[in-house]
Amino acid sequence: MLPYIVKRVLGMIPSLIIISFITFFVIQLPPGDFVTSVQSQVASSGGGMDATTVEALRVRYGLDQPQVVQYWRWIKGFPTGDFGYSLEWSAPVWDVIATRMGWTLLLSGLALVFMWVVSIPIGVYSATHQYSIGDNIFSFLGFLGLSIPDFLLSLIWLVVGTLVLGIPAYGLFSPEMADAPWSLAKFLDLLKHLWAPVIIMGIIGTAELIRIMRGSLLDVLNQQYVTTARAKGLHEKKVIKKYAVRMAINPLISVLGMQIPKMISSSIIVGLVLSIPTVGPIFLRSLISQDMYLAGVILLFMAVMLLVSNLLADLVLAWIDPRIRYE
Amino acid sequence: MQDFKGTAQRITDLYNQQDLSDESIAQQMLQSEQTAEATSQWRLMWRKFKRNRTAVIGGVVVLLFYLTALFGDFVAPYSLEDRMTQYSYLPPQKIRFIADGRFQPHVYGLKSGRDPLTLQRTYVPDPEHKIPIRFFVEGSPYKLMGLFPTNRHLFGVEEGIVSILGTDGQGRDMFSRIIKGSQISLTVGLVGVALSLLIGAVLGVASGYYGGWVDNLVQRGIEIVRSFPPIPLWMALTAALPQHWPPLLTYFVITVILSLIGWTWLARQLRGKVLAIREEDFIMAARLAGASDRWIIFRHLIPATFSHIVVISTLSMPSMILAESSLSFLGLGIRPPLTSWGVLLKQAQNTQVLLLYPWLMIPGFFVAISILAFNFMGDGLRDAADPYTV
Repeated sequence: MLPYIVKRVLGMIPSLIIISFITFFVIQLPPGDFVTSVQSQVASSGGGMDATTVEALRVRYGLDQPQVVQYWRWIKGFPTGDFGYSLEWSAPVWDVIATRMGWTLLLSGLALVFMWVVSIPIGVYSATHQYSIGDNIFSFLGFLGLSIPDFLLSLIWLVVGTLVLGIPAYGLFSPEMADAPWSLAKFLDLLKHLWAPVIIMGIIGTAELIRIMRGSLLDVLNQQYVTTARAKGLHEKKVIKKYAVRMAINPLISVLGMQIPKMISSSIIVGLVLSIPTVGPIFLRSLISQDMYLAGVILLFMAVMLLVSNLLADLVLAWIDPRIRYE
Repeated sequence: MQDFKGTAQRITDLYNQQDLSDESIAQQMLQSEQTAEATSQWRLMWRKFKRNRTAVIGGVVVLLFYLTALFGDFVAPYSLEDRMTQYSYLPPQKIRFIADGRFQPHVYGLKSGRDPLTLQRTYVPDPEHKIPIRFFVEGSPYKLMGLFPTNRHLFGVEEGIVSILGTDGQGRDMFSRIIKGSQISLTVGLVGVALSLLIGAVLGVASGYYGGWVDNLVQRGIEIVRSFPPIPLWMALTAALPQHWPPLLTYFVITVILSLIGWTWLARQLRGKVLAIREEDFIMAARLAGASDRWIIFRHLIPATFSHIVVISTLSMPSMILAESSLSFLGLGIRPPLTSWGVLLKQAQNTQVLLLYPWLMIPGFFVAISILAFNFMGDGLRDAADPYTV
């Protein structure tokens, strides 16, 4: 297995290089640069900048250099953990995004757990009770879950939570807790705020996973080894749990790589609507203000998350499914 | 079986007649195929689709949405920019149907005042003052489908206001704006899917049919595009559009950007189908008869995958509609004065405004309903696309 892992990790390097090229190209696309956007900001507040100041700023930020040089300057610090300098925040990019990355990862991780914990039992129930009322209800709910956009869910939650239930439906902490040092009370406060965004982020994925789990288990239940197990008089519960579900779960792992990008997209929108400090709001802001290194690093991180989760899904699959060969 | 024998007989006849030009043989084969199978396949699909009730409901809703969008100016009682500032932030009005014991749809007139504490405008319906809703009333002039100038609207009132979904901060009727917004939101999907289909079908079919380095190149391309999560990449690309561009140009470029990622899924699906069909006997027969690649691709492969193309296109509509509304919601998509559901929802992004005027999020429900309808319809089409399996 180890050679396989090493091979897969090394295989990621060319993809990473291409991804970093494309990221740099994309964030360079807007006409003008950060200095032009500062200029227009200054101009809109009635001020002006003379040409020498503008040039000085460009030189200071290295924006006067050719693109290749800018790319190299940006990329060369990555291995040492230097992700460049955020022009808008006047701070290293990493300092700006570190805690936000943490929240994003935490929310996405919890949403993943939620998806799996909810969808597997429902999928198993639907498959073992095919066409029953319960199955039909879950199928319909699944369709509904697939079709309600995350921004709508967040907006509904904001209104229902605040106006109907009377609980603060936005942010991660209550105002009085936000600056308090960590304590049990603060942790409980966090939990109170955390569950709703986690469910909102996980709902589309849950609907998808239920469908996949149901279909996959239905396929497996038709296989001969299941019939054999039943014919030998094994208890039905054991047939399902130990024989069928274990095999049927594999497709769920292989779609993991497809769920991560959706989770990232959701974290952006949910973060914006419910004012949760994920990387989403800051990404949007950096795109608008052309804070290119910040925007670039966030885009790059999201792509890397996708790449890594695909790799992990493959490795887990290879680990639990002995039929997969490592060549 | 009978048809097959007939086809075989006709081909043998052709050979016997010594007419061996590939054009004529292929032509004959194609004709016999079409008469024997193509028509009945579509009929079988239709029959199977009809049996699926949710799919039919989905289809009807989709049709209804597009018809409403087409006749949007007629259905909407007000135009996009009709500002009735005396009615800003008016909550959705209740329509009452019975007046004085007979059927007469009407709304109550409104007395507006100010809340003494918050100074917000408040509206009190006045049950004494019934404003009848009239049909085919005269209102602001427009051109029906951009062609016929008229000023008739499906419904409206002669005094006061009728606003079944409320108004926004500038006193613009939300219902009218949602209908007008559907013209953008629903066509972004259509145009986006059409463009993705163009790229996806060409590359997908080519990569499945030729294999080898073509396949390799296309697959690597798809992998690179898909190594980015779509929404952030779309955000970065649309943020690059210059602010001073005319809105219509932005609209088209956004559909192009959406399809730049959307084609990959279509191409993958089609490639799989082509790989399967490529090995079928009728392709081999065509090749043996000396048909050129172009002939095989355009006369055999693409028609054979056509039902799948329809299914895949329907199933990719939701993601296009969703992407457009998400981007516009974030302020990176369609720009005013053009209006889409996402643009309308942008007003709801402000938490304080949303909590005071929750009806501003109604456009979101239209996004959800259209996506649900497309999902139901696409699901039914997918089941129907293979009419030979039960």
